[in-house]
Amino acid sequence: MAIKGFVKFAVKRGITLYLVVLLSIYITIVVANMGGMIDNFIKSQLLFDITYQFKRDPEYKDLPANELDKLIKETYKLEIKRRGLDKPFYIRSLVYMKDAITLDLGRALYLTSDTGSRSVRLIILERLPQTVMLFTTAMIINFLTHIFIGLYLSRHYGGKLDKLFIALAPTSVVPGWFYGIFLILIFASWLHILPYGGLVDVPPPKDPTLYTLSVLKHMILPLASWVISGFFLGCYSNRTFFLIFSTEDYVEAARAKGVPPRQLEIRYILRPSLPPIITGFALGLIGSWGGAIITETVFNWPGLGKVTYQAINAFDTPVLVGVTVIYAYLLAATVWILDMIYGIIDPRIKVMYGR
Amino acid sequence: MSSAGMEYSLKGILREVLSYKSGLFGILLLIFLVVLSIVTIITIPYNTAINLWRGEEGIWLENPKNAQPVWVKYIVGKNLPENIVLDSKKAGTIGITKALTEIPGTDFKKVYMEFTFTYDYDDFPSEVNIFFDAKYTKNAPILKIYIIKPGGIKVDLTNYILRKPDDILYLSINPIVSQNLLIHASSVVGKQLEEELPIEMALFAVEDESLANVGTLKVLKGVYKIVIEGTLFGKESDVDAKVVIYGKVWGWAGTDHMRRDLGIALLWGTPVAMSFGLTASLMITILHLSIATISGYYGGWVDSLIQRLTEIYMIIPFLPFLIMIATFYKLDIWILLAVIIVLSIFGGGIKSTRALVMQIREYPYIEAAKVYGASNLRIIFLYIIPKILPPVIPGLIGAVPSYVFLEAGLSFLGLGDPYLPTWGKVINDAYNNGALYKGYYYWVLEPAFMLILTAFAFSFLGFALDKIVNPKLREV
Repeated sequence: MAIKGFVKFAVKRGITLYLVVLLSIYITIVVANMGGMIDNFIKSQLLFDITYQFKRDPEYKDLPANELDKLIKETYKLEIKRRGLDKPFYIRSLVYMKDAITLDLGRALYLTSDTGSRSVRLIILERLPQTVMLFTTAMIINFLTHIFIGLYLSRHYGGKLDKLFIALAPTSVVPGWFYGIFLILIFASWLHILPYGGLVDVPPPKDPTLYTLSVLKHMILPLASWVISGFFLGCYSNRTFFLIFSTEDYVEAARAKGVPPRQLEIRYILRPSLPPIITGFALGLIGSWGGAIITETVFNWPGLGKVTYQAINAFDTPVLVGVTVIYAYLLAATVWILDMIYGIIDPRIKVMYGR
Repeated sequence: MSSAGMEYSLKGILREVLSYKSGLFGILLLIFLVVLSIVTIITIPYNTAINLWRGEEGIWLENPKNAQPVWVKYIVGKNLPENIVLDSKKAGTIGITKALTEIPGTDFKKVYMEFTFTYDYDDFPSEVNIFFDAKYTKNAPILKIYIIKPGGIKVDLTNYILRKPDDILYLSINPIVSQNLLIHASSVVGKQLEEELPIEMALFAVEDESLANVGTLKVLKGVYKIVIEGTLFGKESDVDAKVVIYGKVWGWAGTDHMRRDLGIALLWGTPVAMSFGLTASLMITILHLSIATISGYYGGWVDSLIQRLTEIYMIIPFLPFLIMIATFYKLDIWILLAVIIVLSIFGGGIKSTRALVMQIREYPYIEAAKVYGASNLRIIFLYIIPKILPPVIPGLIGAVPSYVFLEAGLSFLGLGDPYLPTWGKVINDAYNNGALYKGYYYWVLEPAFMLILTAFAFSFLGFALDKIVNPKLREV
């Protein structure tokens, strides 16, 4: 009974999430095409290109002007038809939709990957490692330091260090990119010990060890800006979170019973507080894969955020849709997996689908 | 004391807020910023600010480019040059003389203008320009310009024929002046020099071997004279000149690459940032509150619909969407605000409030209201929302900085309001013009300081309020 209920729960949740993904992707397609307005840009660019091509070709030099015009118009019409631009936007949006959900990401309009390819998949795959390297590292560093310092503070609450963290927690409203500007000012512009931005030195060192070192050197400032930005608030909120758990009645009871502090911490405080922490970690992990547009711009870091921004500026819809689709799938999958884990672990949810 | 049930009076809350150091700090900052905003809006009206910032009619022509604020002098302990403006229309004031004499038998006139000034700064000026204002009918005045340095050394600069009545002679980039100064420097040093010296430096440099190259130039302090003399043609002809020796410091805030007074952007950024942040936070909080209450109170299909919508909003990437819309439609700041609100309607804040509503829904007083026949809307807006309002307020205040920084971030990407001066735009200008590479730190630090001040005001206040309405935070 319980297993059948669980499967039903899993399938139901899966279907809802998939529908949510579909809707999100469709909204993205409409917005990224400006409700079809991007087509007009493409069309006028196409007409310009074709006209230019014919006017430059010496073969057509002697052709009378009106004949040339006719030729240009015909070629333009054919090209429009070939690209499917003659159909109304809502029909094409459904075609885009089909391509997007089957992960057939297609080709970029203007952007190219470093190897010169127009394939959206390649463009994204090429930038993803840089983003993961920077932001996932930052996320994991933040996650661990916040938990351990939070635990430490909750154990020593009321102490000097605790008071300091409470006092400084409001400073975390300043976002990472903003700290980034200060770090560049201090370490690159003033002290000249770290680079302003970028991924590696120019020209890139040939030796792999030197190359790695150069990349690491470039990573210091962006990484530091994200670590500093979240530091005080992250530790403070974890501390408060643990403290609230440690004042629960069952913890008091265990303490009165004489459970040793170490065991108390692990079994009675950390374990029940784990689900929200895991959720936070999983969502943070996925979130970090999307990159950060402003931070990557500040540090000129060639990641997904920067490519998204370039795509927006170039009106490169396929790349925008591609990035969103991948992100949507990853996020939905994570949410589903989390739901399933809680479905297994959490007795309250168990009761729900068991009914 | 419990957060539910407790009655809050404005005075009581204020007293409690002030009992926290962070609350006091936040309130003081906030008062300062509000006063600053009001004073700004009154003294520099909206349209004036926009006109000044767009620099129409060359209002800023007499400002130095990228000048640091005046107070930098005291920090670096060097007497950095300020602007020196000498206008022959103000002849008669100390140091400025002008003489027009007709040449008998012709309708020609001789003009002689002398500008005397003391230069006792520790650094060279940044630029020297001469603005002319002439009257003539056919033939333009022919002028000869020279400088007499302390010690009576005369250096010929150039002969100049005006190209139009309001001509500007950009002295510090004029090739003839540059050549003449090179010849002069060669004669002083005693050998033929190859490399031309920056004009504004050579003009004010010590006259010895140090003239040989740029690195060794030293400032010669003392009394200088710039003389413009020449011939005018026609009875009605006249010429006036304004010599501007641009400094390296200007005003309390400095100037940017377009010679604009940064002070205007710093001041006007305050009301813009405050109203933007507060409106965004207030509207979004109210919307979240209402939606969460409706979702939690009605339950059923309304609830599931709202839950699915929040999931869609979770998947739609907020910042890329915002940037897309801002790029495609070139929005002004208030439409941007509206877009941000729309993009956040079903945001993350709904879930926790909804849970709270679902608890309150079961309270006896709600049951009682239902029994005596209160309408759903009445229950929601008069009985439930006031109950969940207190825990929401700190979040409202605390979220203001994130919207202030969101606007700054968009401006930083070049997507801000096209007309209004904002802090983010100043940082964007600074970044695009390599302020960090060239060492114009003030250009970045000033708007950054204002942004941080605003962020801290709201954030510290928010934390203090949080402790007041969530006593659990205070106990632990």
